Amino acid sequence: MGRWLDFESNPWGQEVLQGVSLDLMYLAIGLAVLFTLGHWFWYRRRGFSKQEEVAEAQGSVAGIPERIVRHTLASRIFHWSMAASMLVLLVTAFVPLLGLEFAWVTIHWIAGAVLILTIVYHVIHSIGWQDFWSMMSMGAKDVREGISHFRHVLSPKAPTPEKPGKYPFDHRMYHNGIVVVSLAAIVTGVLMTLRIETPFWEPNTYYPFVDQAVSGYSELGEPVISLTPGATTGLMFVIHGIAGVSLILMVTAHIYFAIRPDKRWFTWSMIRGWIDREHYLAHFDPDKWSVSDGSVQEQAPGGAIADSVVSAPRVDD
Amino acid sequence: MAIIRDMIPAFELFQPTTVEDALVLLAEHGQGAWVLAGGLDSYDWFKDRIKRPEAVIDLGGIDELTGISDAQDGLEIGAMTTLTEIVRHERVRSEYTLLADAAEHVATPQIRNQGTLGGNVSQDTRCWYYRSGWPCYRAGGNTCYAAAPQAMNREHAIMGTSRCVAVSPSDTAHALVALDAKMIVRGRRSSNVYDAEDFFIGPATDITRMTVLESGDLLTQINIPGEWANAHFYYEKVRDRGSWDFQLVSVAAAFKTSGNTIDDARIVVNGVAPFPVRLDAVERLVRGTSVDEAVAIEAGEIAIQGSHALKYNEYKQPMMSNLVRRAVRSVA
Repeated sequence: MGRWLDFESNPWGQEVLQGVSLDLMYLAIGLAVLFTLGHWFWYRRRGFSKQEEVAEAQGSVAGIPERIVRHTLASRIFHWSMAASMLVLLVTAFVPLLGLEFAWVTIHWIAGAVLILTIVYHVIHSIGWQDFWSMMSMGAKDVREGISHFRHVLSPKAPTPEKPGKYPFDHRMYHNGIVVVSLAAIVTGVLMTLRIETPFWEPNTYYPFVDQAVSGYSELGEPVISLTPGATTGLMFVIHGIAGVSLILMVTAHIYFAIRPDKRWFTWSMIRGWIDREHYLAHFDPDKWSVSDGSVQEQAPGGAIADSVVSAPRVDD
Repeated sequence: MAIIRDMIPAFELFQPTTVEDALVLLAEHGQGAWVLAGGLDSYDWFKDRIKRPEAVIDLGGIDELTGISDAQDGLEIGAMTTLTEIVRHERVRSEYTLLADAAEHVATPQIRNQGTLGGNVSQDTRCWYYRSGWPCYRAGGNTCYAAAPQAMNREHAIMGTSRCVAVSPSDTAHALVALDAKMIVRGRRSSNVYDAEDFFIGPATDITRMTVLESGDLLTQINIPGEWANAHFYYEKVRDRGSWDFQLVSVAAAFKTSGNTIDDARIVVNGVAPFPVRLDAVERLVRGTSVDEAVAIEAGEIAIQGSHALKYNEYKQPMMSNLVRRAVRSVA
């Protein structure tokens, strides 16, 4: 435990939790590098690129346009704004710890504020203009789809899995993971920002978490409270730290898959907004992600969840 | 307060006679090594048992680190040159009186006999929460105890803070910045020259250090360029006890003048931030200006823009303002 968490002694010899150890950052960086290299070698050895190349578009092209909108401009602006702020946050958080020192605190909280704004925008946009649950739902059917897909990835002899809807299982799993980790980082980050100088409020080192203790009683018999930052403050730093190192892994994996040759068509769709008809027919089930006249309609959130409730077909990102 | 005991915990003492040997020892012992110059900062740490180095590298036997020599342009001062030597050096006294003044304001004659210029600029902050062993940001923790609402922070910073509010305690640091000194830092594999202004770093850059010196680095020499020799200098230090104390606020300024017109200026304040603060805005204001009372007042007002007082150090704002005003006024 002590290897992963940092404790410091106060003048009375009491151990006070401070945060996560630097070792955890090195572990995350190491795992990220190992995963990337390992997957890349495994991917080449298995010859998936060939499989991808021979993946044939199946189904009728009638009524399906050549270009299919996958991400609207609004969604793309959100994605790249969020990506930029996330990268700035990671760089300002970890690069100084790796030895390249600069005044990182102000840049860090400003990037954090930008990230919060982009997420607020994303949530409003998702609720108002998209199918909010389509990237979130993880029912039993989705899990079965994911397992089937995973088995096929591990062994080409495994049965070919069903094609997904607009958002494949692994995309939804990643999205949900990043939601949890980012929210943990944001909530603890905002609490930590209350302690530093920003234009928003007067900094207060003791706010919001203190271990309050009655240190005595006044002459009037009222308890005298002494405020001591302690374990709760440390816990806030631990959560922020774990979220931070988790993001090293998750962002590395995301960038790795984004630049991998067989996935670049996904990445291009996040840049230009559309995918071509061949990729659509090769990788998606038109029954789960129906397309007509250039617009896209989500029949079932997450593709495979046919029984999920969707109030009405709507233009999705 | 930390518990002061009568014995310093054991450590391995090394007394190299060359810089190269010192660098080898520093590299060998890494984070466990401690560089000992005059010992005036170090022994406090050791006695309080807050710092417990495995190996102490005493630089006292390295001759090449001592003495002041004339350079082609200015002076070269070894990092282990004592403050007394600097105060008494003829050329420092005649051409760089700012540095002589600053060195003379350090503590007492006995301490100046022992203390070195390198040690004076490299010493750690005197924030008592930190020095008493509290697990604060600077000590690797996650809280500044001195910035808390009920903290005793009369001597702490009013600007340049980033979580930590400790101040630089050096009396010579801002004089060196004003003189545009160059700090020679040697490591095992490299040698770097830093402007004095860049040698001191704030908590926003690294909250656990006050200078660029990292484990394995050695400040070997301070070069004073000739550019500011014989300029008009002003140094003033305000402290609680006139005979011997750390600064509350002090100012070091160098002016190139034509009559009462300031052609160029470097004005630096210490005791108000975790590093010596160069007042760029004030310098811009006074450059090319004929100094009168109005300019001096405006300079003082501009100097404290952006400052932020803690609960008990609001007095530092008018004090700093007045010191800057006096420095500018001294040209008239």
